[in-house]
Amino acid sequence: MAENLGWAGGPRRRAAGSGAGQRIGAPLVKGEPVLEVRGLSVDFGVEKEWIPAAIGLDYEVRAGEVLAIVGESGSGKSASSMALLGLLPSNSRVSGSVRLAGQELLGRDQSRVRQARGKDVAVIFQEPMTALNPVYTIGNQIVETVRLHNEVSPDEAKERALRMLELVELPDPGKAFRSYPHQLSGGQRQRAMIAQSLSCDPKLLIADEPTTALDVTVQAEILDLMRHLKDKLNSAVILITHDMGVVADLADRIAVMRRGVIVETGTAEQVFAAPRHEYTQALLAAVPHLGQGSEADADVDITAALASVTGVELEAVDADELAARERENESALAAIKAAQGRQGTPVLELRDVAIEYPRQGRVPAFRAVEGASLTVYPGQVVGLVGESGSGKTTIGRAAVGLLDVAEGSLKLVGTEISGLRRNSRELHALRRSVGMVFQDPSSSLNPRLPIGESIGEPMHLAGVAKGAALQQRVETLLDQVELPRSYRNRYPHELSGGQKQRVGIARALALEPKLMVADEPTSALDVSVQAKVLELFQGLQRELGFACLFVTHDLAVVDVLADHICVMQHGRIVEQGLRDAILRNPQEPYTQRLLAAVPLPDPQKQRERRELRELLAASGIE
Amino acid sequence: MKPERTEGHYVAPLEETALEATDTLRVEEAPLSLWADAWRKLRRRPLFIVSSIMILALIFIALFPGVFTQVPPNNECLLANSEAGPREGHPFGFTFQGCDLFSRVIHGTQASLSVGILAVLCVLVIGVTFGALAGYYGGWLDAVLARLGDIFFALPLILGALVITQLPFFRENKSVWTVVVVIAMLAWPQMARITRGAVIEVRNADFVTAARSLGVSRFGALMRHVLPNALAPVIVLATLELGVFIVTEATLSFLGIGVPESVMSWGHDIAAAQVSIRTNPMILIYPSIALSLCVLSFIMLGDALRDALDPKSRER
Repeated sequence: MAENLGWAGGPRRRAAGSGAGQRIGAPLVKGEPVLEVRGLSVDFGVEKEWIPAAIGLDYEVRAGEVLAIVGESGSGKSASSMALLGLLPSNSRVSGSVRLAGQELLGRDQSRVRQARGKDVAVIFQEPMTALNPVYTIGNQIVETVRLHNEVSPDEAKERALRMLELVELPDPGKAFRSYPHQLSGGQRQRAMIAQSLSCDPKLLIADEPTTALDVTVQAEILDLMRHLKDKLNSAVILITHDMGVVADLADRIAVMRRGVIVETGTAEQVFAAPRHEYTQALLAAVPHLGQGSEADADVDITAALASVTGVELEAVDADELAARERENESALAAIKAAQGRQGTPVLELRDVAIEYPRQGRVPAFRAVEGASLTVYPGQVVGLVGESGSGKTTIGRAAVGLLDVAEGSLKLVGTEISGLRRNSRELHALRRSVGMVFQDPSSSLNPRLPIGESIGEPMHLAGVAKGAALQQRVETLLDQVELPRSYRNRYPHELSGGQKQRVGIARALALEPKLMVADEPTSALDVSVQAKVLELFQGLQRELGFACLFVTHDLAVVDVLADHICVMQHGRIVEQGLRDAILRNPQEPYTQRLLAAVPLPDPQKQRERRELRELLAASGIE
Repeated sequence: MKPERTEGHYVAPLEETALEATDTLRVEEAPLSLWADAWRKLRRRPLFIVSSIMILALIFIALFPGVFTQVPPNNECLLANSEAGPREGHPFGFTFQGCDLFSRVIHGTQASLSVGILAVLCVLVIGVTFGALAGYYGGWLDAVLARLGDIFFALPLILGALVITQLPFFRENKSVWTVVVVIAMLAWPQMARITRGAVIEVRNADFVTAARSLGVSRFGALMRHVLPNALAPVIVLATLELGVFIVTEATLSFLGIGVPESVMSWGHDIAAAQVSIRTNPMILIYPSIALSLCVLSFIMLGDALRDALDPKSRER
């Protein structure tokens, strides 16, 4: 019986040898240092040269504490943390000292590190779809992990796996146990992943961007879960992230990394309230705060607005103070409503539009958008917000004529395009009045063409300019997006992400469009770069006066740019209105939940927000 | 000092560059296209250097065989010299028929290379056209072209060649070109498949959508944006297939259905050497070595190109 592993199709592996039952060191005591890192350096060998990824890092993590390692891409935050586990590719070299519960991990033979991995240290990856093996059920994978590190019978392991799935608050642990990764939603997969990581009671949990791939509302749930678990299990947590909101929500201590060096460490309060290093200050300043808007607008107190609209009472703030804050909101909203009034022919007008992805072979047609109505007036910036699968990108593409409209009417600069064939001449001409900026700057530029040609191509095709005039126009556009003219002959792969996105904007502006459709143009960029690209975009919009449909999942970004906000859910526009009306007085429960889910990059305010969200959830709004 | 770094509010010294520096580009270097980048990588690879020198040498031999040997390969065959060993002016010795082996090997280069290169060109034209159209437009065109390709793909190369060369038209007009046509007919589906896959991958890239949304016509986007980005695997495959086609030519000639007897070919020489394999194996070995070196050099070049052009190895 013991030999015949009793679960169907499971990996036939016996529990690891005699060492498996042992643990390094004693059980965890709250406040004891679990991990001590001294002088940790990581280098990568690239073309026979050592490129440093992390230099002389010193930090420690205590039991029951969350250390957030924050940094932008290339700061070495992930590389240094993977080095703790020996999970780096073979072209790397690691030096320094990493002590887990007093035991040195570096320089040990691989089998010892492998034992620690999964048992004493567990990792939660960014993308649970790829981190979970698609051919095994969730239950199988957790059982395998449990039995790899503990000598337990299959039944015990299964029981434990189910307990873990319960612990991560999956709605139906039994069902999740039998499910394959692709049968779960993104948030559920991440929960399953966390259950697997925690199944051996790790002393240290490394969460590498655990919520980056998730929608905000799901992210909020996962963050809640992680906070509960941390208190329950008393493990030390290293949270690697670029998102200051997530940090404010979860971290006790913060280490800010930049170019392989820790530039500042301190408690969450110290770093957020009084950042001392220049870089930390710049980083915090670059994070868009939801409710802050651009300089011209008055700040919106979302917490107060939400509390007032939904009628919940917060413990974290004084009721009178909240009321005062809300009164401010109301007066500001009234003032803005009075000043409102857009005129002119709409640049883009959707009336009860439905958009379908056509049937492909045996895959039936999929209706991505249903009954959408929205209007963009000249010079207006409309933010289209929604979570993944809400149909926001679909609307953006249809507005450029890249997708057909199945029902309803879509007018572009006053011309009806829903009846036009996709390759017709009229549509071709109309497209010239619309520019589009894409999400991924790397894939939106032809890698074989120099920048200047990419920017000049639409003008050349439209016959707007030729020869020297074209070159001059390209230079003007480069000036406008604040890139040196000499970049004209450069190729996309030589540029950074932010620069590529500037080129993308320049290309979209080439034909002086009346409408710009921007599809998540900054979500692939680092915060400090995002801030600059948004600033540039805003400046250009003001200067050139084009209307803009700004598609994004990030409410804070929309808040900075948009005059008007449309909130989408499941292919429908659930609420739309002026920026201030949406932020100050959200009517739809979904909008309220969405607003409440956005973490604030400020621990104190985030505490209020969190309480509000919990109350909203408790009041049964689903 | 150490505890302070981990316990308190530690701030690193402020000596470093300002934040703006994270978003700038080194302007000193010359602009670098992807092709130029690949070329720079190739130039440093010994595999590429060796194989290209060998190929250049082969091409030179094929174009100017007279530089290497004054002895005509087909005339002056004296049965008295049959299977005679090497001697002054005849470094490889003589074949069974008493012809100069060195001269035959040198002159055989021409047939092998021309068949290989011409066949690859034909395959490129047919395969890339069909593959690109099928991958880019999809739908019924893809289905039709894919089935057509499958039909040819299902024919084993040698069997197919045997059948086709027995057709009256091919029997009567036996020449280098008939071999080229037969090879191209049977080998294009693989090229079409590779092209189709690469095109489909690029077709959905944002920059193609961007170009379309800015008024580039559908066909224009294919030519200007899709194809140049789908060519890398095609070029690699073409180089590798060149080697394969040279072997195919030799095989067909060996079987007597390749180039006509009047054209020097390593395949003929190897076939003719069968009778001498026990008495004088060198007669077999010399043309075989020539064939192997030729094929090896193209396969090495293909490998080097794959390393340089593979977009996955470029990601840092």
